[in-house]
Amino acid sequence: MLAETLVAQNISFGIIATVMIVGAIRVVTSKNVVHAALWLVCVLAGAAAQYLLVYAEFVAITQILVYVGAVMVLFLFGVMLTRARIGNENDLNNKNWALGIPVALTMFAAMAIALVGGFTDEKLPSPSTAVRIDTQAVSDAIFKPYLLPFWALSFVLLVAVIGAIVLARKD
Amino acid sequence: MLINEFLLLGAVLFCIGIYGVIARKNAVMVLMAIELILNAVNLNLLAFALRNGSPDGHVFALYVIAVAAAEVGVGLGLVLLIYRNKRTIALDELSEMKG
Repeated sequence: MLAETLVAQNISFGIIATVMIVGAIRVVTSKNVVHAALWLVCVLAGAAAQYLLVYAEFVAITQILVYVGAVMVLFLFGVMLTRARIGNENDLNNKNWALGIPVALTMFAAMAIALVGGFTDEKLPSPSTAVRIDTQAVSDAIFKPYLLPFWALSFVLLVAVIGAIVLARKD
Repeated sequence: MLINEFLLLGAVLFCIGIYGVIARKNAVMVLMAIELILNAVNLNLLAFALRNGSPDGHVFALYVIAVAAAEVGVGLGLVLLIYRNKRTIALDELSEMKG
């Protein structure tokens, strides 16, 4: 039973990870802004599914609500308001865009060496032994030790809302 | 499951996001690449939360999501303002501050 759960976990991780990586590559290479936004939905929903695999239900639901629900609509509005033309565009990349490839590959090599060397084959706790962190534990943590950052964060959101209105208002 | 599976997936997403920030000219596309980077970080935070059995990673991930939402709101507001003033959001044409 336990082995079956682990196999199922690994298979679903592989499938979702593949979808996420392909989606992420399409986000940064797509020639169509709207298509890039839709591939981004793929990546964000895949991330929510990965959060479920590490038993983070509350974060997964928040990810769906905030990212797939709100942020994506915001992006589509941004696309709509800044560009009347919908369709392929050939000038989405910088003229020295190729510089990004070696930079990204070097960073990935550095991180991969550090991770593979540091966590060689350390396993995550198996489903039977893992400490499940339910929503109650998360809310206890937010409202006890992390209360002050929570207040600060609500001010950040307030300032962001007011700032966005002030910036985008026509006058 | 190996913890490295999640961490390497996070690293891949992070590097793709870095490539997007460097290579893209359209400001909206750069913001999308930044979202990729923030999600990579969240993946790592939650994997470590499971490894350590502590809710701190979940709290951090939630705060990252909230800050990302604020960042996108202000960022797109700025992009709209730039578009209204300059009729373009190509980042390499915004060179007034270049000495």
